[in-house]
Amino acid sequence: MILARFLGPRVWLLVAALLAAAVLVPLSNLWLPADHPLHVPSHIVPLLGKYVCYALLALALDLVWGHVGILSLGHGAFFALGGYAMGMYLMRQIGPRGVYGNPVLPDFMVFLNWGELPWFWHGFDQFWFAALMVVLVPGLLAFVFGWFAFRSRVTGVYLSIITQALTYALLLAFFRNDMGFGGNNGLTDFKDILGFPIQAGTTRAALFAASCVALALGVLLVGAVTRSKLGSLMTAVRDAESRTRFIGWRPEYVKLFAFTVSAVMAGIAGALYVPQVGIINPGEFAPVNSIEVVVWAAIGGRGTILGPVVGALLVASSKSYFTAVAPDTWLFVLGGLFVFVTLFLPRGIIGTIDHGWTGWRERLKASRAAERGAGAPPAAPPQSPGDLPSPAE
Amino acid sequence: MMQQPIEPGPAEPFVSPHPYATQRALERRAKQTADGARRETLLYLDGVTKSFDGFKAINKLSLVLQKGEMRAIIGPNGAGKTTMMDIITGKTKPDSGEVFFRGDVDLTRHDEAAIASLGIGRKFQKPTVFESLDVDENLRLSLAGSRSVFSALRHKRTVEEAAKIEAILATTRLTDKRHRLAADLSHGQKQWLEIGMLLAQDPELLLVDEPVAGMTDAETAETARLLREIAETRSVVVVEHDMHFVRELGVKVTCLHEGSVLSEGTLDHVSADPRVVEVYLGR
Ligand SMILES: Nc1ncnc2c1ncn2[C@@H]1O[C@H](COP(=O)(O)OP(=O)(O)OP(=O)(O)O)[C@@H](O)[C@H]1O
Ligand SMILES: [Mg+2]
Repeated sequence: MILARFLGPRVWLLVAALLAAAVLVPLSNLWLPADHPLHVPSHIVPLLGKYVCYALLALALDLVWGHVGILSLGHGAFFALGGYAMGMYLMRQIGPRGVYGNPVLPDFMVFLNWGELPWFWHGFDQFWFAALMVVLVPGLLAFVFGWFAFRSRVTGVYLSIITQALTYALLLAFFRNDMGFGGNNGLTDFKDILGFPIQAGTTRAALFAASCVALALGVLLVGAVTRSKLGSLMTAVRDAESRTRFIGWRPEYVKLFAFTVSAVMAGIAGALYVPQVGIINPGEFAPVNSIEVVVWAAIGGRGTILGPVVGALLVASSKSYFTAVAPDTWLFVLGGLFVFVTLFLPRGIIGTIDHGWTGWRERLKASRAAERGAGAPPAAPPQSPGDLPSPAE
Repeated sequence: MMQQPIEPGPAEPFVSPHPYATQRALERRAKQTADGARRETLLYLDGVTKSFDGFKAINKLSLVLQKGEMRAIIGPNGAGKTTMMDIITGKTKPDSGEVFFRGDVDLTRHDEAAIASLGIGRKFQKPTVFESLDVDENLRLSLAGSRSVFSALRHKRTVEEAAKIEAILATTRLTDKRHRLAADLSHGQKQWLEIGMLLAQDPELLLVDEPVAGMTDAETAETARLLREIAETRSVVVVEHDMHFVRELGVKVTCLHEGSVLSEGTLDHVSADPRVVEVYLGR
């Protein structure tokens, strides 16, 4: 198949692993007896689902950071916006089952003595509408933000700072009760999704599987984009942005494309995350969350597709472990890990493995060539600049 | 408000009884003649000035390049050679003056990408190639064609494209390096790759800033040969300090100094010019 060669074995292996997980984890959780060694306990399933959503977020960030060189410190905002869009749908599904029993208004609105549903809550009782908003709101925000930032040629640390400002501004806004998103409590107490009870084992298994499929699609998308000519162009923009202009490209549009696609991916990750953790609140906009995403990608290895996925899974699961065993140590562990990786593995885990692997293969090739060439005249002429062949050749 | 009418030329006495109408008509005619002269040129710079924090890097610079012409630009360090290229390619906007391409395209109104698409290619003083891409991809990105993001996404490699790249690789002697990362090339090879990228762009005008800096004598001679070959079908402006190289090009020379033209003509004429001798020796 052309696609198989086009994307390379790495991407397909990752996709296959994700699809296998999407099938095997639910199977093991639902059908294996609880005492079976391969049984995945029910409380672990949404936890795994959460990590998969983080991995999708890290992959999204890496599309702009690893491949185009835009260090966004605000990707948590797109994730949270996707999450809020899903949260609003889930709130509307509660209907009269809320504490106040109001068939239309979510509890917090009744509590605030609001008479009617604010205009921007309309339509969220429909899943298709909410799903559209999951894609549209982060995408549109990223597009508008990128349009202004990239066209005015804001780059480097200035861009990073304004992305951080963006998520911080949204944090403050969503904290306000009169914004209409539940203030600092956010949206919670969800009952069901698409008619299925949200706490049920089968629903959770399905949500986990959906997250795996979404991540697999994300991997395919990033793989296809980065392998295309646009992918080469992205690398060119990352390496020497202004040079691309002098051969006629407009790097601002390359960035805008990557940034918007990336924000949409982050929004989808957020939308899958919310029903699995059961709550979305303004804390998701916290600047430190966005920085954590950067740490995932850096640890895994940016620009490697597999790297951010591995980084997110690894760091997020260690976080769960450390916060359970020794809650006070987690930030030190994270900081230490980050320092260690930046100092000793600047390419990240996967990047280092890749680099070591190609280096090793080249050395092997060179030593084989040397063996073959032993006794014979040197196989490769020295690479001196004066060695250009004469024009007659 | 009375203005002094411009004297009508003797060839065409002007008839309007109204002095202002006369002036307007004469101005229009004068502009048309100037435009006519400009129209035949490929590159036309007139009275261009650019200062950085009060320092005039380019000072009332006027320079005209005919279609198909190759021109060598020399001048001491800081003469404004690179800044002139920055102005032509849209990297820097001049404070005043006219910059026209193909007679009537005002380059000061376009940005870098638009100017590149108009057919002006540039090689930088410090070789700038895309280091994490291989030689092949560097050329592929430079090939003339659509510059839209979505067409790049859907782009499929074609036979014609491969043939063009093959030809450029042969011209720039990089055929056996095509799958090397640009970062792994020697300095001279990077210079050649950048010239190859220029060729791939298929521009009408090439601006080449110090192409032989850091090259061996053999490479320098080879580069001169290559540029002469390129100049058969395109217009080229070459900035170079290496007089030996300039002599090998054998073209008209312009010497810049403190942002304006000091001397222009054959290399012998320019290097015999006492003012040129002075700026080169006087430092
Ligand atoms: N962006 C800038 N800001 C401030 N000064 C500048 C800028 N660009 C150029 N200059 C100044 O303008 C002058 C002309 O520079 P330019 O690079 O054009 O010289 P050049 O003729 O190319 O010299 P060289 O032979 O060393 O390459 C120099 O004094 C330089 O310091
Ligand atoms: Mg210069």
